[in-house]
Amino acid sequence: MNLVEVKDLTKKFGKFTALDRVNLSIEEGEIFGFIGPNGAGKSTTIRVLLGMLKPTSGQAKIFGKDVWHDAVEIHKEVAYVPGDANLWPNLTGGEVIDIFLKMRGNGSKQKRDELIERFQLDPTKKCRAYSKGNRQKIALISAFASDARFFILDEPTSGLDPLMERTFQECVLEAKHEGKSVLLSSHILSEVEKLCEKISIIREGKIIETGTLSEMRHLTRTNFIVQTKQPISELANFKGIYHLLENNDGLSFQVDSEKIDEVISYISKFGIVKLESAPPTLEDLFMRHYEGTTDSVGGVSQ
Amino acid sequence: MNRNLYKGTGPLIKLIFRAQRFKMITWIVGIVLVTLSVAFSYPNVYQDDVSKKGFALTMQNPAMVAMLGPGYDEADYLITVGTQFAHEMLIFTIIAVAVMNILLVGSSTRTDEETGRIEVIRSLPIGRLAYLAASSIVISIANISIILLTGLGIYLLNIEGITFESALLYGVILGVGGLLFAAITAFLAQISSTSRGTTGLAFSVLVVAYLVRAIGDVSSEPFALISPLGWLVRTEVFIENAWWPIMLSLLFSVIFAVVAFYLNSIRDIDAGFLPTRKGKKNATAFTKTVFGLAFRLQTMKMIAWGLGIFALGASFGAVLGDLETYFSDMEFLALFMSQSTDFSMTEQFISLLMAIMSLICSIPVVMTILKLKSEEHHNRTENFYSRAVSRNHVLGSYMVLAIFESIFYLLLLAIGLWSTGITMMKEPISLSTATSGAFVYLPALWFMMGLAVMLYGVKPKIISLIWGYVAFCFIVVYLAGMLEFPQWLMNFSVFEVIPNIPAADMSWSSIAVLLLLTIVTLGIGFVCYNKRDLEG
Repeated sequence: MNLVEVKDLTKKFGKFTALDRVNLSIEEGEIFGFIGPNGAGKSTTIRVLLGMLKPTSGQAKIFGKDVWHDAVEIHKEVAYVPGDANLWPNLTGGEVIDIFLKMRGNGSKQKRDELIERFQLDPTKKCRAYSKGNRQKIALISAFASDARFFILDEPTSGLDPLMERTFQECVLEAKHEGKSVLLSSHILSEVEKLCEKISIIREGKIIETGTLSEMRHLTRTNFIVQTKQPISELANFKGIYHLLENNDGLSFQVDSEKIDEVISYISKFGIVKLESAPPTLEDLFMRHYEGTTDSVGGVSQ
Repeated sequence: MNRNLYKGTGPLIKLIFRAQRFKMITWIVGIVLVTLSVAFSYPNVYQDDVSKKGFALTMQNPAMVAMLGPGYDEADYLITVGTQFAHEMLIFTIIAVAVMNILLVGSSTRTDEETGRIEVIRSLPIGRLAYLAASSIVISIANISIILLTGLGIYLLNIEGITFESALLYGVILGVGGLLFAAITAFLAQISSTSRGTTGLAFSVLVVAYLVRAIGDVSSEPFALISPLGWLVRTEVFIENAWWPIMLSLLFSVIFAVVAFYLNSIRDIDAGFLPTRKGKKNATAFTKTVFGLAFRLQTMKMIAWGLGIFALGASFGAVLGDLETYFSDMEFLALFMSQSTDFSMTEQFISLLMAIMSLICSIPVVMTILKLKSEEHHNRTENFYSRAVSRNHVLGSYMVLAIFESIFYLLLLAIGLWSTGITMMKEPISLSTATSGAFVYLPALWFMMGLAVMLYGVKPKIISLIWGYVAFCFIVVYLAGMLEFPQWLMNFSVFEVIPNIPAADMSWSSIAVLLLLTIVTLGIGFVCYNKRDLEG
């Protein structure tokens, strides 16, 4: 059984369709990346999963239980970190963490103090005095100090400095080692690339792509930079070659994955001096989907 | 003066007006309409000299003086009905205008700063004092509108004995009183580093000003003159038309405004002058519960309202002794009253006071439910619902807190009234009389709370309608007789349905109906709350 199972989930606000038959499944022990532009429906999906919005139609289950009806039961084992932690301005950070831990009903005091140390938070300050990054730390500490089975992280690192971002990534990986699952919604694609095994891309309320990073890469193109002894003549006429550019380093271009063999054997005839290849980054994949409406074949953003 | 400090004030005036216009226009229209409709009805209420003399007699009663101010000489009430109108309406209208000014200035100064809006504005090529200047100009325009609309309006009603100058003066008292509280709030917005602190302090100033005036008006005039409200009720508008209280208020408005601008120019953004303390490292066991957290978030409010209500009860208790003497002096009236009912005049006054004061107690009770709306709006209820907490648990905690508060405030009211009453009266009221007179309004407060829960449960945005109902109840308690409301309309106010003990017998049936209605509204509220999407 999957930990999270979303089937044909639709959510409408009046006439506006925020989510249009969304399907998702997350397995036990998996770190699942959820990416998409602003307003695509990431947070709406998460808020449905948390039982705060009622689905218009379709089904969403966590631990096999209905997210709307069994919200309280489910949340005993779910930890949520919002993108913008809204805290009570007149309570201190330490108090808020304690309150959050108590509300879920579990969590360890020792882990709390250890995490406060690791994230370098001063828990005696009032929440109104914290910067955005510090408020974010409070949400993260109370999530990771709990013994939740499933973490829902909605742009959890916004406002964190690079050091703290690394601490965050360590925490996620530790959770994974303990067999826990994570739903990570993020704009920081390098972070998703580093942490997530499976990714879904959502746009305008629809899931447009789901799979592992390598599966997704397979569907796209690889970047090449080539220098040869003799100039390559006919490359532009090859099928499956895109964005061919000549510059100081030689030629740079992209190749459809299934054409790589053909292209390499062709250019090897011209005497290769230098060959660099790079798999498409998640950013490339993502951009392809962003721009998808205007160019259905895809085009890599420059 | 460095002109650069004010650069950009013009466009900011437009911006602040746009942001505030709905609230501002609602306030102004409400205040002007109530003033004019009451002024319009007065000539019909007091048609002959007998009723005017009767009014004068009632108004010399110390409880009335404490509530409404010193009023006029008896002969003045015969000159124009404007005197009756001013004595009964002026002080509470000033307070309404002051509340408007406190809320509007508070939100266009410290609230805009706290939410980061001023930071964005300041990053533009705009002077450091421009926002405060623009906010001051907008609020001045609001107060000038009140002056002109009420002044001209009253004049155009063409009431016998009201001259243009006196009508205008009535408007000016309201507008200038408003300006003074606007300036005080602008000053407090520099001192306090939070918006809650700003409006909280400003309301405390208003409450203290009212109480000082009330005590001073009854016992010592110089003491009353410490309070700006003490000045403003001494214009003898429509008779003497004294302008010195206006000059004095304007002078102090300017002083507070100048200090506010100075403090604003020397302080850092987001900073105040009151120190902030270091907080707790851990939450207590109580704060960790949902109820405890709700309680904790409301503590300051409860203390402030509790003190205010206690002081209100105590200051009315303080005049009960004078009231007694006053009634026994008027033997014929006392005779007349004791023939028609079994209850003493003092008891009748106590029950009228209880109705008004328990209505005041309903405000903080309703505010507790409104707090949950603001928590949802600021996405803080998300913190509950992403954890193992049910909606019933959260709404229920706030409901229990509201019930606790209703008992707390009414108890303080009763103790306040009793504690000073006992020292001042020859035949002191017993604590149980005071307590039962207050607690009989518990079902009314609970119904208010139920109504708020229902509105919130159905749709958080419409919960503000509860204030319309509170205002309606105030009008009914205070003005219904004057405006000649039909009984069926008055019965829509729960405070009318409650039996007026100690001045009437207990009626358990109306209490039972109210409790039933409360349960129904709560039921609807809880069911709808469980079914709807969370906003924010």
